[in-house]
Amino acid sequence: MTLRHRIQTRALARQVVLKRLVDTAAYAVLTLLALMMLIPFVWMLSTSLKPAEFILRATPEFIPDPITTSSYTDLVDLMPVDRMLMNSVVVAVLGTTGQVLVSALAAYAFARMTWRGREVVFVLYLLTMMVPRQITLIPQFILIRELGWVNTYQALILPGIFSAFGVFLLRQSFLSLPRELEEAAFIDGANHFVIFWRIVLPSARPALATLTVLSFMEYWNAYLWPLFVARRDVFMTLPVGIAKLQGGPRALTQWNMVMAGAVITVLPILIVYVLAQKWFIRSVTLSGIKG
Amino acid sequence: MAGQRGLQKWGWVLVFLAPSLLGLLVFMVGPILYSLRLTLYDWNLLSDPDYVGTANFVELYHDDTFWTAFEHTLTFLLFYIPSVLVLALLTALLLNRPLRGIAFFRAATFVPVVSSWVVVSLMWRWIFNPRYGLLNFGLAKIGIDGPAWLFDPDSALHAIIIASVWKDIGFIAVMYLAGLQNISHTYYEAARIDGAHPIQLFRHITLPLLTPTTFFALIISLINGFQIFEQAWLMPERFARRGTTVVVEQIVNNAFRYNRMGYAATMSWVLFGVIFAVTLVQLALQKRWVQYEQ
Repeated sequence: MTLRHRIQTRALARQVVLKRLVDTAAYAVLTLLALMMLIPFVWMLSTSLKPAEFILRATPEFIPDPITTSSYTDLVDLMPVDRMLMNSVVVAVLGTTGQVLVSALAAYAFARMTWRGREVVFVLYLLTMMVPRQITLIPQFILIRELGWVNTYQALILPGIFSAFGVFLLRQSFLSLPRELEEAAFIDGANHFVIFWRIVLPSARPALATLTVLSFMEYWNAYLWPLFVARRDVFMTLPVGIAKLQGGPRALTQWNMVMAGAVITVLPILIVYVLAQKWFIRSVTLSGIKG
Repeated sequence: MAGQRGLQKWGWVLVFLAPSLLGLLVFMVGPILYSLRLTLYDWNLLSDPDYVGTANFVELYHDDTFWTAFEHTLTFLLFYIPSVLVLALLTALLLNRPLRGIAFFRAATFVPVVSSWVVVSLMWRWIFNPRYGLLNFGLAKIGIDGPAWLFDPDSALHAIIIASVWKDIGFIAVMYLAGLQNISHTYYEAARIDGAHPIQLFRHITLPLLTPTTFFALIISLINGFQIFEQAWLMPERFARRGTTVVVEQIVNNAFRYNRMGYAATMSWVLFGVIFAVTLVQLALQKRWVQYEQ
């Protein structure tokens, strides 16, 4: 009895030691991993806070000495960064609001109403989901050009609003709501709009949050489309504006200024990410769509 | 009475559906059909479109630049896909451990995913700078003379692959994390009672039960990978581009630089055809290796 007890205790002790060992190793690798993911961002921030003449150094310094914001002020002198920031915010906010609202309305028609041809129209939505962006890019640009919308906000915002995926995502969530919810409301004389706004939308908050995050990320990070429809500085979003900074045929790239632009571009989305982290991870797992 | 109610019902359907459906027709369905038609035309946006039949497809078949771009895209996929899948799986295994502070590590892994490709490209261009960049400095410390990366047509694509894997690890890892959390503990407990050690557990339980996630991740990475654009467009130096040009870059060049709308549309449909075919092959092959729980 005591012998078996002793053996068991020893085995247990060995397990505890082993677990501690594995945990320590896991921490070590995880720390390495986190460093690999974050150091480029730290290096970007650090570079943006250095004076121009301190950039090209044989030995990189992570803590700038002296710290200066001159690259930011130089950048503002060079291009209308404030205007671009505003453009990015306007486009992302209006685009996201539009996409979520338009998708929610359509999803309601697909999930909570019965009408002839519903399945056929829904298949059309599914089909457009499969077509990759580079196919629609060219004709969409031709359309925008014909409409005379190059260098306008509607060109930056509108085409992204009509997302078949958004409708698909919200429809799935609306379908799972119980019928009794709205039947009672109908008896009380509520119409579809009241039910949509008061019952369906509040019950589908997780799906709405998922789509909002996804849509915001797509609008904020978009490059290919805005590159072609926003040709003038005053209509450019941040990614298009700062991408112009690099290289160029003439002088050397001013890395402190380029990194300052990158910081301004990435900071807002990182703040939103920190605040709504759960939804970012959820939406990516769910959709397989990334920035 | 019934007619009026029917009319009222259709009125409501229209109110809810019309904004989305009209927009989809104008900005998606219309453009898709238009693009299909464009493949039969030669059009520079200025003069009238010329009907050329299948000439665009014939030209594409003989276009060395296109095939070079296609080859680069395949090379990219060949290195990118296995690297990102394996590293993401290892990352997910670590992130799945019930450690204190694990939330921080999960959050950190995901930061590159939410950042835009423009930011990531510029950041890595600076890190890959052969003379003053962080990477070659680090390599020199361990006695390796780093390549010229984005300045060299032979190594520029590798730099693009490294940056892409770095950016997408977190993206695939969260999928694997969700997959891992779906595996029931009972499998592990049963196997442990039978005396299986951790490597056996991984080999015979974790890996097989993760195959649906691997399958999903593989399909998504292939579809996204074939459409690689931003990083290939923004990262390499001008004279290294002949070593990196990819298919979507050729589409963009033909459409917006050479104003060859029909030819660019043709390329985009050929690329779609390839993606579609590869996805179908994947779907057909999945029976052989993807294990769905009964």
